[in-house]
Amino acid sequence: MIGLEHYLTVAAVLFVIGIFGLFLNRKNVIILLMSIELMLLAVNINLVAFSTHLGDLVGQVFTLFVLTVAAAEAAIGLAILVCFFRNRGTIAVEDVNVMKG
Amino acid sequence: MISADLNIILPEILLSVFAMAALVGAVYSGKDKLAPLLVWITSALFLALAFWIGTTGEGTQVAFNGMFVNDGFARFAKVVILVSAGAVLLMSEGYMQRRGLLRFEYPLLITLAVVGMMMMVSAGDLMALYMGLELQSLSLYVVASLRRDSAKSTEAGLKYFVLGALSSGLLLYGASLTYGFAGTTLFSGIIQTATDGNMPVGLLIGLTMLIAGLAFKVSAVPFHMWTPDVYEGSPTPVTAFFATAPKVAAMALFARLMHDAFGEATSDWGQVIALLSVLSMFLGAIAAIGQRDIKRLMAYSSIAHMGYALMGLAAGTELGVQAMLIYMAIYVTMNVGTFAFILSMERDGQPVTDIQSLGMYSTKEPGKALAMLVLLFSLAGVPPLVGFFGKLYVLRAAYDAGLAWLAVAGVVASVIGAFYYLRIVYYMYFGQDREDALDGGKSPVLWGFLMVSAVIMVVGVVNLFGIEGVAQAAAATLVN
Repeated sequence: MIGLEHYLTVAAVLFVIGIFGLFLNRKNVIILLMSIELMLLAVNINLVAFSTHLGDLVGQVFTLFVLTVAAAEAAIGLAILVCFFRNRGTIAVEDVNVMKG
Repeated sequence: MISADLNIILPEILLSVFAMAALVGAVYSGKDKLAPLLVWITSALFLALAFWIGTTGEGTQVAFNGMFVNDGFARFAKVVILVSAGAVLLMSEGYMQRRGLLRFEYPLLITLAVVGMMMMVSAGDLMALYMGLELQSLSLYVVASLRRDSAKSTEAGLKYFVLGALSSGLLLYGASLTYGFAGTTLFSGIIQTATDGNMPVGLLIGLTMLIAGLAFKVSAVPFHMWTPDVYEGSPTPVTAFFATAPKVAAMALFARLMHDAFGEATSDWGQVIALLSVLSMFLGAIAAIGQRDIKRLMAYSSIAHMGYALMGLAAGTELGVQAMLIYMAIYVTMNVGTFAFILSMERDGQPVTDIQSLGMYSTKEPGKALAMLVLLFSLAGVPPLVGFFGKLYVLRAAYDAGLAWLAVAGVVASVIGAFYYLRIVYYMYFGQDREDALDGGKSPVLWGFLMVSAVIMVVGVVNLFGIEGVAQAAAATLVN
């Protein structure tokens, strides 16, 4: 029987993979966008699992909001990335370094 | 019922309808030619709404089954947000016009960000909190990379976006755990589960991640990495905006979440926030010493100032919230004036941000140098200027809440921090007169904001313009 803990574990693993993807990836900014998406989807799994477990619809409504915002966020991220690429001609993470820090 | 609800969120509806109508209108007509007009209209609308919200509205009104709360605390924060956003818009018009940066999207994105901030400070539910926060953040990511042909500006936007999205992810994960373990997303429901001493572990983890996500937004150490780069890379008017309204909104949201949802568990989050506060104050004070770029320096300055504001929050008392509100109002006033000065720093029409170029500025522009001196002393917290009283309030709140060590750390950090403010004064009055020194800067709008802000810092010592009582009433509606 698959219970709440299993869903939460999967979500936690996905979330951690997303965070590691953000910090360990040195190659490509697109991978950063994918990692961000992974984190948000992990949250969605959490919300839906809790929603079914509690028998409460609010979690699923929340999920719909998160999905919408994630789409808007990806659009804006890609738009900024296109501008960045036009200026620098690269989207490697290690080239995001005009300013130190 | 729905009309009563809509009536409560009327200011937000007005602003969003205005933003969308102006967007469509500008696209189908003059486009960027309309931008200066739009800036003036937007900022007039902000000020009118601030006046409206500030003078009307009594008691606590709740809309949409508790999702949206309009109380004295929210109104105080909204007035500060609207006034500072209006002021920054007015200051940016001339600067952006001269550099061909003034696109009609700019005032509209600022408007949408302000709508998001007003949602944030009124949120009574995790969903409302998240939607407000994202509306604000998504607009700000775009504004940061407004100068889209500049490598620095787009890089600032990209860094802000990636780290901002990470913080939203953390916050959201915390929100999902909070929902799961409290069984509701309403703050008024969470507070019944989240009581001192016997919080479920899941709720505790959720609380920690919510704090981490919000600490990103207020740029508290150790989640501050984006601040210096974003401040340096963004166009200066945008930096001025980042340093004012979003900080107030994030700080107010922080206070609302902690007190409305976790108000019964003060000891669980008080220590975490005290730690964030002490780290921010010291890192802000120490890391700013090596900076030569005034925008980067202001970034570290704002990190330090957020540390002081968090000190008020860490106290977990009504006095603490009151001190935090007073501190944020004073901080915003000082920053508007300081950025009016930074916006006027130019040579041959090009913006300059190197602090050494201020050498002997006092001989050329004695009035502006004096006003900047007052503002810098106030930022450093030198008595008897208003900035000192802001610090005094938070220190007293922390001390009264039994956090004497935090108050002592705050005083020490403030002494360290005074060094870099005073160094700018040193350059202005005793520095070397360099060949590449600044031009005078002739914008009357900037001059006006600089002078008004400096005069407030001096005259305000009489009674702080009565803000003490207003902030106390606002804090009383939040903490009870």
